[in-house]
Amino acid sequence: MSLAFLTRTRGRGRFDLTDWLTWAYLLLAVFLMFGPILWIALSSFKTEAALQEYPPTFLPLAPVTATVEGFDEPLQLFRIIAGEHQGKVLAQVRRIGLVGKMVDPANPGALIDVNINDRVPERAFALAVENYTSLFERFNFGLYFWNSLFITVVATIITVLFNSMAAFALSKYHFRGRTVVFVLIIATLMIPPTINLIPIYLVVSQLGLVNSPWGVIWPAVATPTGVFLLRQYMLTIPDDLLDAARMDHASEWKVYWRIVLPLSAPALAVLVIFSVMWRWNEFLWPLIVLNRSEEFTLQLALNSFQGELQTAWSNLLAMTILTLLPITLVFAVLQKYITTGIAQSGVK
Amino acid sequence: MQSALDTIGRGVGRLYAAAFDLLEWPMLALQRLTGAQRIAWIFLLPNLVIFGTFTFLPIILNFFYATSGSDAILLQDRPYVGLDNFATLLACENYLQPNSCERDIFWRAVHNTAWFVVLQVGFMILFSLVTALILNRDIPFRGFFRSVFFYPVLLSPVVVALIWKWVLQRFGVLNAALEGAGMPTVNWLVDADWAFFWIVFVSIWAHMGFYTLILLAGLQSIPSDVYEAAEMDGASKWRVFSRITMPLLMPTMAVVIVLSLIRAVQAFDEIFVLTGGGPGSATLLILQFIYETGFAYQPRLYGLAAAASMLMAVVLLVLTLVQLRATRSRAEG
Repeated sequence: MSLAFLTRTRGRGRFDLTDWLTWAYLLLAVFLMFGPILWIALSSFKTEAALQEYPPTFLPLAPVTATVEGFDEPLQLFRIIAGEHQGKVLAQVRRIGLVGKMVDPANPGALIDVNINDRVPERAFALAVENYTSLFERFNFGLYFWNSLFITVVATIITVLFNSMAAFALSKYHFRGRTVVFVLIIATLMIPPTINLIPIYLVVSQLGLVNSPWGVIWPAVATPTGVFLLRQYMLTIPDDLLDAARMDHASEWKVYWRIVLPLSAPALAVLVIFSVMWRWNEFLWPLIVLNRSEEFTLQLALNSFQGELQTAWSNLLAMTILTLLPITLVFAVLQKYITTGIAQSGVK
Repeated sequence: MQSALDTIGRGVGRLYAAAFDLLEWPMLALQRLTGAQRIAWIFLLPNLVIFGTFTFLPIILNFFYATSGSDAILLQDRPYVGLDNFATLLACENYLQPNSCERDIFWRAVHNTAWFVVLQVGFMILFSLVTALILNRDIPFRGFFRSVFFYPVLLSPVVVALIWKWVLQRFGVLNAALEGAGMPTVNWLVDADWAFFWIVFVSIWAHMGFYTLILLAGLQSIPSDVYEAAEMDGASKWRVFSRITMPLLMPTMAVVIVLSLIRAVQAFDEIFVLTGGGPGSATLLILQFIYETGFAYQPRLYGLAAAASMLMAVVLLVLTLVQLRATRSRAEG
């Protein structure tokens, strides 16, 4: 395969300074953008002991053990770096003070005394998968995942339903007050929920929704962004189509879900992607409403673990990776829609 | 594979039809009641109820909170205190010196937020513009590089903060690399100035992909014949950039600037997880002050938090009005 495309220039046939700068910038960017993510992914497969190590190793390494004839338990292997046995790989039977009682796996009969400063542990690439599995056993990961999933899926379904109904009304009917309603909805774009945290909390607590996933779902579903996005799209659907269906005695409800909704699929897809992203990543509002750990979303669980268990980085890192995985998969599959959707609508 | 997808698709389709069919009769009954035009209100109703409950009503209630005292959440239990909350927040001998203010922590948050907004927005726009210009060139793997910049935008703020916390911790990979290169190490998140640098850096890292994407769309909407004409006239690269690209990109740029300003004023999530506002109050921003005053600390000073959020609302309102003007000029231009 020809690699000529790598040196493709802007038609002047020469790899000039701007081309060099471009590539230097892009490679640096790849390093800065992906480096930290790759690093946390690699680290999440290290044992707690390896995570304490400084300077850290690049790949996850674990001590090598071997079963030696005459010993029931597998013994840890060490490479001897000084003294008379230098260069050999010996297995440690036990350690007494500064002296390791070691055996040569090839000759397990004789015990050899080695100063512990004269040896380094043998290590090989190994993934500490237990960081991940113990999340489910000890840290209730399944519950937090379920809480996040429930809020994300339910809120997205309600968002799409309510917003599309409102957009349908605002784009396909002429009634008194239409403009007022539309302007009111759009005006709330100016007032982000962060301004009204305290009164929203009052409403949620009066409805008895504190410490309930519904306390996170309901305040979030009537997104002005969604109504606006869908209305603009539905305006492009010709009214003749709707009138033809009405001729055939279709009810207004049927016109909505049989004709307008399916034709709005591209805009609905954009809203679904946004809604999933918003709800899965949401932090401040759940932090205020959900105080009991049984109700925590993944984001809240991550936050509280990093506060409490400063030492258990191994589990924390694994949990971070599992939290970013679903969004990463969605991105990998739908990245074209996401990037064009955002570029066109300018919302996040 | 294809047939499995077909089956799933058909299943979802049937579920969709069944769910909406269920509502057919109640909606038809309502339609008979209201007529075919006024049924629009029925379609609007669910959204309006949610809007009213969780957006409009709170906007009004916020005024009552801001003008009442005590730590009671119910409004009838809260004594009216007039503008006391605002007076408490604004009592200050010298606004440039947070120490001289009654609520010095609020003013420290205001100062930090002001610096944060200026630095974060300034550098982020600069990097986004450079990146968009580069991605607009005819380079191989353009889609891949676009994704590289955009991917962090999708990550949750908590994940972003933990990724960087792990890199920046005392015995983290950055210090190991510095030590390997023979340079002094720094306890990044414990040193006040460095901690501030890193909250700016990390929030640029997390959000610049979004603005890059919008600027790139703006660049791509510039018709190519303008450039061709300039090339015919033998215009230099710099001249093309300063006389064609920048002026034509300006409307998009205005939107990007205002949008990022509005976001930066409300910055909270990743900073709260990364530094918790510390060391001391070196990286405490306004929204964290509101959150802590209203919810995290006892007694919960709802009135003070509401007053602070209304002050923030004024700033946001001004920025949004600027944005509306910018958007309008983009639509017209």
